[in-house]
Amino acid sequence: MALNKQKTAAEVVAQLRSGMTLGIGGWGPRRKPMSLVREILRSDLKDLTVVSYGGPDVGMLCAAGKVRKLVFAFATLDAIPLEPYYRKARESGALEVMEFDEGMFEWGLRAAAMRMSFLPTRVGLATDVLAKNPQLKTIASPYADGEVYVAMPALKLDAALIHVNEADRLGNTLLRGADTFFDHLYARAAESCYVSTEVLHERLELDAETAKQNAFERYLVTAVVHAPCGAHPTYMGPHYGWDMEHLKRYNASATEEGGWQKYLEEFVAPGEEQYLTRIGGAERVGKLKLPVF
Amino acid sequence: MADPTQATLAELMIVAASEAWRDNGEVLASGITTIPRLGASLAKLTHSPELLMTDSESYLVAEPVPLGPRGDYRPRYEGYMPFERVFECVWGGKRHAMIGPTQIDRWGQTNLSAVGDYARPKSAVLGVRGLPGNSINHINSLFVPNHGPRVFVAGEVDMVSGVGYNPKRWGEGMKQDYVDMRLIVTDLCVLDFEGSQHAIRVRSLHPGVNFEQVQAATGFPLLRAESLGQTPLPTAEQLAIIARLDPHNLRGAVLKNNPPALRPA
Repeated sequence: MALNKQKTAAEVVAQLRSGMTLGIGGWGPRRKPMSLVREILRSDLKDLTVVSYGGPDVGMLCAAGKVRKLVFAFATLDAIPLEPYYRKARESGALEVMEFDEGMFEWGLRAAAMRMSFLPTRVGLATDVLAKNPQLKTIASPYADGEVYVAMPALKLDAALIHVNEADRLGNTLLRGADTFFDHLYARAAESCYVSTEVLHERLELDAETAKQNAFERYLVTAVVHAPCGAHPTYMGPHYGWDMEHLKRYNASATEEGGWQKYLEEFVAPGEEQYLTRIGGAERVGKLKLPVF
Repeated sequence: MADPTQATLAELMIVAASEAWRDNGEVLASGITTIPRLGASLAKLTHSPELLMTDSESYLVAEPVPLGPRGDYRPRYEGYMPFERVFECVWGGKRHAMIGPTQIDRWGQTNLSAVGDYARPKSAVLGVRGLPGNSINHINSLFVPNHGPRVFVAGEVDMVSGVGYNPKRWGEGMKQDYVDMRLIVTDLCVLDFEGSQHAIRVRSLHPGVNFEQVQAATGFPLLRAESLGQTPLPTAEQLAIIARLDPHNLRGAVLKNNPPALRPA
């Protein structure tokens, strides 16, 4: 057993290959593994298939031309409803998409997690989700009812990227936010699962109540990266809220001439240490108010 | 008490939206965005206390939470409803959602994904989100803040995200039984699906609006409900509840220029 799964973000990204299928945990602008995403932006990875309940992770990877194919149900920044770089990529016609209902998407991850080829669902019937994804098939119940379902294919991931509140070097993790989304399924659906964490412990020693916040087992975790403020600018409850000022700036860059390049040079290229300084430091991030819905 | 004749159109629409959740029983009431959410909240606080609601993040609450910064208000939690459980609720059919799609067609099909050519859309919107699942599993109503032919399209919506009653879309063996479209609340009127074969009817007209105006703003022919009347103004009591639920007046920012419910002639 690996007693120490700690790696740097660069070491993790070095394990990834162009053309891979990457699942990214979180939901919209909520608890996204952004420090790992930024490390991908700094790499020469390309032609990725990205599987995500999309937020700025999807937008930034699209802006940087890293995405060949997007498997998604939506892309949004919540308070800014439309993800600007997703839109640009989508409207350019250059982005291949597989668009699913949010629940079908869960079903796909679940099928992969259970090592099934598909799971049946009523969801998607009579919509263009079927018409626009001609590879999707239906299947009739073998029982007397004979009902026809969509056979939602497994969304198998080469790697999953997940940001957690706390972890230890063994790969035990805690998700402490109000909603843990579907990160446990990303972990289960992936060949390799890379976790970044706000707080890194040598060993987690938990009381029973806290241990319930462990959403998936350490045998699923390939490596752990210590990344304080690693979800910034997304919402990382209960540590910090989303950084609306930063998201507005990011959003505005999409309408500026050379805006993405400027954003990249200012925030991403100089590295995570500089990133943290440029967004006002851990102290400012820690004071970002949790969003009220 | 607030004077009902001074109510805004947004407030009238909130009251109209709240009617969608009347007599639904114990279901999760999900009003997405300001007016539908206030409608669901008003329903729970007046005629339908049996409704379940969340804090719009992940907890069930015993009373609707006010919109925006809450000051000293503490939500009254009564249970837990993260997204994973919302999906389970959807698949079990115990929900009535009201959302605002980008396009709606005569069959009640909705689009929230992309306008124009799907391969290279003129406008990429949000994505299908939960529409395919919601529409085929539980009760749904719709909200339209800008009733016009770009929303109520002539043919099918550009990308069918939510299912409707278009027979061509339903193959043999596909279970249509759970599709249950109720109301469409717009800035001109309230529509329902109670015509023959679920054809869309004008159920009530907002004050100062006539049927011909609504028809002209709609890309397909509408029926006129036999009982077609005027959408009621909010009562003083309803206005007081709405003001308490929306202390920052977010409802005042939904419609352009926040018009009054009683339009000047």
